[in-house]
Amino acid sequence: MAKEAIVRGDRVLRYNFSERVMHCFAAFSYIYCLLTGLAFWSPSLFWIAVLLGGGSTSRMWHPWVGLVYAASVLYMLCVWKKDMLITDLDRRWTKFIGAYVRNEEEQALPVHAVRSFQQFAPVDRFNLGQKYLFWLLFWGGVVLLLTGTVLWFSEYIPWSLRFLRLISVILHPIAFLFTLAGFIIHVYMGTAVERGSFNSVIHGYVSENWARHYHRLWLDRIIGNAAAKK
Amino acid sequence: MSQATLRIQKISGHAGSVPGEGMARDVEEKQVCKMVDTTTCIGCKACEIACQEWNDLPFASTIFDNTHQTMPNTDWNFWNLIRFTEHIHEDGTLMWLMRKDQCMHCAEPGCLEACPADGAIVQYSNGIVDFQSENCIGCGYCISGCPFNIPKFHPVTHKVHKCTLCSDRVTQNLEPACIKACPTGCLHFGTKDDMLFQANHRAKQLRDNYAESKGLYGFAKAGVYDPPGVGGTSVIYVLHDATNPGLYGLPKAPHIPWTVKLWKYPLKWIGNVAIVGGLVGVFVHYLRYGPKPEPKDEPKGGQ
Repeated sequence: MAKEAIVRGDRVLRYNFSERVMHCFAAFSYIYCLLTGLAFWSPSLFWIAVLLGGGSTSRMWHPWVGLVYAASVLYMLCVWKKDMLITDLDRRWTKFIGAYVRNEEEQALPVHAVRSFQQFAPVDRFNLGQKYLFWLLFWGGVVLLLTGTVLWFSEYIPWSLRFLRLISVILHPIAFLFTLAGFIIHVYMGTAVERGSFNSVIHGYVSENWARHYHRLWLDRIIGNAAAKK
Repeated sequence: MSQATLRIQKISGHAGSVPGEGMARDVEEKQVCKMVDTTTCIGCKACEIACQEWNDLPFASTIFDNTHQTMPNTDWNFWNLIRFTEHIHEDGTLMWLMRKDQCMHCAEPGCLEACPADGAIVQYSNGIVDFQSENCIGCGYCISGCPFNIPKFHPVTHKVHKCTLCSDRVTQNLEPACIKACPTGCLHFGTKDDMLFQANHRAKQLRDNYAESKGLYGFAKAGVYDPPGVGGTSVIYVLHDATNPGLYGLPKAPHIPWTVKLWKYPLKWIGNVAIVGGLVGVFVHYLRYGPKPEPKDEPKGGQ
């Protein structure tokens, strides 16, 4: 397979093929675990398990699909760890989180600042919100994996270690609620707020304008790298 | 098994009310109860065999651990176990304690509370807690909910099993199989009120014996085990020493684990409000602030 071009016309590669595949694995496995998990979460939602093949089937697949999710998050950690570390640059961005949420970051700039938000508070590959989301889903995933493993094999946990089961019973849904909060915001931001994001995680490319607007440092870096290679 | 002939008062993982609840008038079903008098148990294990036979359970291999006990714990195919403890008093004398271990049929069952599968665990209006295998999804949450270590997992079918208090016999006005097999009269079966009366009477007799014989025989601390933490049970014990149920492998103050309660009540509602709140929140955000404006054209190469 031919390697994807970093720059293609006025578009730049934001997520390469393996990142996109991994994101799909994470997305679909998370949604499956979310739906079957909601069925076990509340009797009022048990009908979801019935729709998905019955309670026993949902119970059987939920942990296996959870392992797929864990594997894809682990892969993301390997690939994105460097980009996800929170840096000094993020501090400046932090002050604008309120304005960013209200879509007013450009207007909220101090008077002396020049032209655009990205010049004042430049962002590398991921902004602070994305970083927080990643670490929320990562650590939430770790808790879900550990407690889920205990609940998966609860019959093998000896009576003397039953506190493991009892802790897992409460930590598993708590971790789920935290990841769900991140998931709702993530899906909403990616599909409805930042136009172009959803496309980028499916097709891989974003416009240069988009990249400059949201991730100036990252754009400069990859354009520079691409130029240096030539 | 007996859903057709017994009224149900609690259902696991069930949204809404229990069908038929409050509809039957002037029909008072009495809570049934097994009474186990540990002071007259000789450890013959006839109840173990009767349970295996009546419930048609496949052979469970015994595990010899140098005691009188058949195996360390009850199992999916072994619901009734005589537990054996060799207790040494402070004066060096010995006592062999036998206790018939099985499902306690709690009035507030932790297994039923923890179960997420609709109708997999029910409590009949006579107090029997029964697993309905066809609805069991094999999640094992009942194992975590039980304070007595009773529900056991079938490794092949992934269903959980335990003593049914012979609900199929009880509907036919028969005593449970274990009761019928007991040769010493250590096991009794009847209404909860009657069994409590008998148990208290027997415990008092043991205490009186101790007082009258000036400690020669009888038991000063004899008493009845009917733990209030789980709302009382449909299996009650007369113990030689009711102040120390741990001697018999019984929890001193059993209750539904607080994490299970926390999960089932406050967390569920906090979570439901948070989930719906989050969805409404992003929707309102979209209406108020909408999408970010399209990035405007900037000259290439920065600055």
